Amino acid sequence: MSNIDRRDFLKILGVGAIVGIWGGSFFEIVNKRELEASIGSYKKAPEALQAKKWAMVIDIKKLNKKIINDCIEICHSIHNVPTIANPKEEIKWIWEEKFKNVFPEIKDQYLSYELMEMPVLVLCNHCDNPPCVRVCPTKATFKRKDGIVMMDMHRCIGCRFCMAGCPYGARSFNWRDPRQYIKNENKEFPFRMKGVVEKCTFCYERLARGLPPACVEVSQGAIVFGDIENPESAVRKILSTNLAIRRKPKLGTNPSVYYLL
Amino acid sequence: MYDTWKIIAGLLVFIGFVTHPFILSIGKEKLRPNVEINSPEIMSLPEGERKCIEPKEFMRKEHMKMLNKWRDAVVREGKTLYVNSEGKSFNMSLQNTCIQCHSNKSKFCDECHKYAHVKPYCWDCHIEPKENIKKEAKL
Amino acid sequence: MLELSLKGSPRYWGWLFFLAILIGAGFLTYLYQFQVGLGITGMSRDVSWGLYIGQFTFLVGVAASAVTIVLPYYLHNYKKYGRIAVIGEFLAVSSILMCILFIFVDLGQPTRILNVILHPTPSSIMFYDMIVLNVYLILNLLCGWVILMSEKKGAPPPSWIKPFLYIAILWAPSIHIVTAFLYQGLPGRDYWMTAIMAAKFLSSAFASGPSLLVILSMLIRKFTNFDPGKEAIQTLAKTSAYFLVVTILFYLFEVFTAFYSGISSHQYPIIYLFKGLDGYSKLVPVMSICILLAVIGALILVTPPLRKWEVTLTIGAASTFLCMWLEKGITLVVGGFIPNPFGSVFEYWPTLPETIITIGVWALGFFVLTILYKIASSVKEKAIFDKYGEKQIKA
Repeated sequence: MSNIDRRDFLKILGVGAIVGIWGGSFFEIVNKRELEASIGSYKKAPEALQAKKWAMVIDIKKLNKKIINDCIEICHSIHNVPTIANPKEEIKWIWEEKFKNVFPEIKDQYLSYELMEMPVLVLCNHCDNPPCVRVCPTKATFKRKDGIVMMDMHRCIGCRFCMAGCPYGARSFNWRDPRQYIKNENKEFPFRMKGVVEKCTFCYERLARGLPPACVEVSQGAIVFGDIENPESAVRKILSTNLAIRRKPKLGTNPSVYYLL
Repeated sequence: MYDTWKIIAGLLVFIGFVTHPFILSIGKEKLRPNVEINSPEIMSLPEGERKCIEPKEFMRKEHMKMLNKWRDAVVREGKTLYVNSEGKSFNMSLQNTCIQCHSNKSKFCDECHKYAHVKPYCWDCHIEPKENIKKEAKL
Repeated sequence: MLELSLKGSPRYWGWLFFLAILIGAGFLTYLYQFQVGLGITGMSRDVSWGLYIGQFTFLVGVAASAVTIVLPYYLHNYKKYGRIAVIGEFLAVSSILMCILFIFVDLGQPTRILNVILHPTPSSIMFYDMIVLNVYLILNLLCGWVILMSEKKGAPPPSWIKPFLYIAILWAPSIHIVTAFLYQGLPGRDYWMTAIMAAKFLSSAFASGPSLLVILSMLIRKFTNFDPGKEAIQTLAKTSAYFLVVTILFYLFEVFTAFYSGISSHQYPIIYLFKGLDGYSKLVPVMSICILLAVIGALILVTPPLRKWEVTLTIGAASTFLCMWLEKGITLVVGGFIPNPFGSVFEYWPTLPETIITIGVWALGFFVLTILYKIASSVKEKAIFDKYGEKQIKA
């Protein structure tokens, strides 16, 4: 290194300084990510409802206008879901669609007209093999051990890959700040900010307090919720004695929401 | 040397840029944060029970990291109970636990945050206590 | 070598200034989008990806097309491409930069973009896309710069650059295959659910990239003293021609599968794009122009006399490029979302702010491209060529 000229020397100095500072601070940051002395421990609440795999059965015949509106109303109000009139930007966690649009494989002009036009409640299916979880680049949407497909609003970067991946159109994006569209806020649950995706989360916060999902509570028995891996649960009992279908079964997503015919 | 005036001009710009925070604060009062810990909710507790989740020194230093851990525990692991170093259990929630006592955000949280020029964006989603609700859309 | 870009004619500075204005307008509009949210674009709950992701998809192809020059030259010693290998690599650099920017402006929470690195998710194709795009950018920048630098010094390139060149050749198809996998692995979107998506992406890339390079080479020849070479331009045009024909064939294969099988869910998006569905037909004019351009481009580029005459060559190359741009840049992405999972159509059309931001990003890409090409042509102008068109290194 005897014939190094001033230019190269300055270059080496500059690169060395950058690497040194970045390297040093990176090392420090990585080490300090955990609390210095980790005090306190984290537990599940004793009253929390637990399951191996949560599932839902919706009895289409029991649904009527009042029940449908009650379910949508309670879900959207306790979760501070904004009411946006413009269908371009609307956000909905649970809503109503016609049977023929929910089950297009069955749609047929010779089947009962009444059935084809019947209103059906649709929501996130919390699939067993969810494409949205597979494609999320940050694991902002992930599958919990009890089967719920969760949303981590803190981590979502708003790339909307999950929206493209969901075959059921269950996800909504916050195209603007939603606060301006919320009339009555539920002070016990946060809003979302603009730029993140949201959807039904099977009321994980109520399950943690020992309560069933809100729509189940107001559905007057039209929606049954339980642990599908538990043979004694209500959902298993219903499914063993009734004909139930799921949305788009051919796609291999294995949804956890069943519809009783 | 060549380009003398360009070099001197450049140096002046550089020095001005690096030292401008200090220059701009000449003569300004040094406002230390005036933290008011006595919210009505805290005052309504008996004298011996006015304790936070963890000791004051720990909370001062680590509250953000602890909140991050709470966030991951609640959202990602489904655990909602925090058992502190003295064995007392708390429900992990910023707007339902912390703010229940510290309801005077603008005199408590914001004092130090303003001084340190820190803008936590928690409040973009988590609902602020009543005294500070802003209706307009925020960044 | 950057200092070579600081010397230029008034026309050069005028062009850069014009681009800077467009970049500024795009940037200011982006600040508005950052403030208000992505609602100012035309995207909706049903069509959640639009112009930004479409442009990203198209530009990944243009970036990958550098391999059509690099592979023949560095792997097979096709000497005619000697003069423009660096030109191709620099186009790749500029395109990848635009890709990364388009993804950035499309994000709802761009400040959290590092989450993709902090929380790696091997099951997500977007994770791999981020890796391959960034590595490809670095590779092309490195290779192009080092080789240009050695040309400037009048010496052959250093031997350590060879492995990077070979990696870049392998990497180029991979960036496009990964981007195609973004689409072809999604179960709910029938327009995208086809194994030939990756092949279509590659072939349309190798049709659009060389066409753009043809036009750029002719522009370089016009505005600088550096001549990329008639042979090189002709070979680029031939490459583009055959890949355009292959792309058209692939698309026709898709149409056959959708319509001969009779599966309506595969047919609806194609019907929407070409004829309109349920009365909605916003994209039909776009698709019609695309077909027209494809026919013009294919006819010209495949016919030798038309390809040789530079007037028709320009028209043909521009047609090909625009056709692929319309197909990949808009109709592919939007067509995948229509009809929505419930069978109804919700249309998409870009808004003005969205368009300004898009133009701003394109202007930034062209800005970087202009500067890189200025450097490259300044270096290459000084070389002497022998009667075979081979470069003589200055004595």
